[in-house]
Amino acid sequence: MEAFLTVDDLKVHFPTVDGVVKATDGLSFGLARGKTLGIVGESGSGKSVSSSAILGLHRGTNAVVSGEIRLDGNNLLALSDEEMRMRRGKEVAMIFQDPLSSLHPYFTIGNQIAEAYLVHHKVSKSAARTRVVEMLDRVGIPQADRRLNDYPHQFSGGMRQRAMIAMALINDPSLVIADEPTTALDVTVQAQILDLLQDLQRDFNTAIILITHDLGVVAEMADDVLVMYAGRAVEYGPCKEILTHPEMPYTWGLLSSAPDLTASTSGRLLPIPGTPPSLLNPPSGCPFHPRCTHRDKVPGDLCRTTLPELLPGHHREDHTKRCHLADPDTVFRTEILPNLAPELVEESS
Amino acid sequence: MWAYIVRRCAVGLALLLALTLVTFALFFASPVDPARFACGKNCSEQQRDQARKALGYDKPVYEQWGNFVKGVVVGRDFPADPELRAAAPEVVTHCEAPCLGYSHLNARTVNELVKDAAPVSISLAVVALVMWLIGGVLFGILAAVTKGSFMDRGIVGLTLVAYAFPTFFIAVFFLKYLAVKWQVMPYPAYTSIEEGGIAAWMLNLLMPSFTLALVFMAGYVRMTRAFVLESMTEDYIRTARAKGLQGRKVLFKHGLRAALTPLVTMVGLDFAALLAGAIITESVFAYPGLGLLTVQASAAYDLPTIIGVVILAGSFVILANIIVDISYAFIDPRVRLG
Ligand SMILES: Nc1ncnc2c1ncn2[C@@H]1O[C@H](COP(=O)(O)OP(=O)(O)OP(=O)(O)O)[C@@H](O)[C@H]1O
Ligand SMILES: [Mg+2]
Repeated sequence: MEAFLTVDDLKVHFPTVDGVVKATDGLSFGLARGKTLGIVGESGSGKSVSSSAILGLHRGTNAVVSGEIRLDGNNLLALSDEEMRMRRGKEVAMIFQDPLSSLHPYFTIGNQIAEAYLVHHKVSKSAARTRVVEMLDRVGIPQADRRLNDYPHQFSGGMRQRAMIAMALINDPSLVIADEPTTALDVTVQAQILDLLQDLQRDFNTAIILITHDLGVVAEMADDVLVMYAGRAVEYGPCKEILTHPEMPYTWGLLSSAPDLTASTSGRLLPIPGTPPSLLNPPSGCPFHPRCTHRDKVPGDLCRTTLPELLPGHHREDHTKRCHLADPDTVFRTEILPNLAPELVEESS
Repeated sequence: MWAYIVRRCAVGLALLLALTLVTFALFFASPVDPARFACGKNCSEQQRDQARKALGYDKPVYEQWGNFVKGVVVGRDFPADPELRAAAPEVVTHCEAPCLGYSHLNARTVNELVKDAAPVSISLAVVALVMWLIGGVLFGILAAVTKGSFMDRGIVGLTLVAYAFPTFFIAVFFLKYLAVKWQVMPYPAYTSIEEGGIAAWMLNLLMPSFTLALVFMAGYVRMTRAFVLESMTEDYIRTARAKGLQGRKVLFKHGLRAALTPLVTMVGLDFAALLAGAIITESVFAYPGLGLLTVQASAAYDLPTIIGVVILAGSFVILANIIVDISYAFIDPRVRLG
């Protein structure tokens, strides 16, 4: 399948007084129409910064963006500011994390959503309003024709997130970036929102980048998964592959610390030891090595001195990882898997 | 909503009452004998006692305060001593509610003094407000959108200059150069609209109002700049940009709406404080407003006038607070009055 979106060697660097923060450092991935890419990683790994670059949101800030982002054949980074602005919200839309602060407190929901439509369509205010009601209906807001006069603080968290989705989808974008769309919501609402996204994706053949901490969400939604660590991809491949045959200790850590995937009876929740690295002075070699419990399985000082390349693993060509471990599969099977959910163990054995 | 307004006004009234009480207590705790001032230097002990009685200063503080409050509500007659009023009915002055007192020194009621002086202070304050709001907000936005540039640094530097020079210096400087030496402006003398029409009123106000506005403007430039810069980093600004909104719409619709809201509080309170008179500006320009009245009354220990003006100023501030709070219900949808 030909990729609709390709990101190639994307770098987003922030010069600060203390030095350059390399929030994204050489990220590459692709995404086809109608497919979902899950991006996972701890807080501060550069998920939001990387995806904001696709919308060109770093323009006009001090960020230095390089590499290539191709959407439907066009290199977005080479576009003029005005050309990029015309695509924002129309071809690429973003659902932001934390809808309360991402909606303007002084304007009504209807006003804010209609604005998104009116920027890209020359229609009357009342036509835009009709469209807003239709979208709010679509995302499941009851009595949409009245609720659109509400202010964001009058909505519940789930409704705000629905409103954000309505705002993002009102122009039928071909790519939607959903930045932790369900983090703040309870499990029921979370499931509803994810269903909604899947429905809309099916109807409009939208490509979705789904950013999340939650591997459970990824397992349910994503076709491909990109695991990010310190601004880089550390494991990338088809979702099922990565969840059943992960080859990178950081991914193992994420799996072991995910409540959804860890069986409460057989396994314990194992948080990844240590803290995420500083992006100002990232560790030498593999950025994960200071926290990695498997680094003594690698001969010599390799982990500390040499950054592993993103190379195909042992199962498939399209499953790549950054790790020096010679036989990650055995380590995973013997040391990690027994702590994970029984369904997973059955599936992979 | 109405319940809230009524409650706020009731609290405001109580506050005002407390203010009068504190003002009275403070002045009577001071070591100066107002009767001595009223009677003059070469007064005998006996004459002084007479004066004290005539002015009502022989009564206990709470009684004087009670008379004052009663005067505010229903008006009163002066002199305060009923015997004296009966003995010499021809000198009795009636002071209508809300009576702020009677200045023996000026032989007029404080209401009349205020009525003469207030238009001067209000004119100064209104013109200054317009100047500093326009200048402060415009330059503040300009500095914010050009942050870090030569323009921004220049504007911020100038605000520091405006802060650094005391008002009386700026006032004297303007007078000496603009009015006297170069004569590009007439020497300002307050002219009411009835006397000279709007043009003359305005022309005479330009210099003193600008002097007054300058320091405020400096503050408002800094505040506007800071508020705009802060609001432009909010998440909802990112959302607005992500919609594909034009840059100027992001700034002027989404950014300013949030940035300028907190200014409403400041404007309300600053303006209210100014209404009660700009002491330095009015003194240097010899504008007979409430500020100058306060200075003169203080110098002469004209107790009734001082008390009257202090309470007037207090009521302006209390009223402004109520208005600001209520207006927030209209500006900020998150504020629910109840
Ligand atoms: N304007 C900026 N200047 C300097 N550093 C920045 C800037 N914006 C982001 N960063 C840094 O980039 C890193 C990545 O941030 P990002 O928001 O992408 O993390 P994230 O993976 O989305 O985390 P979370 O899961 O908490 O949302 C962070 O360490 C952050 O401090
Ligand atoms: Mg984020």
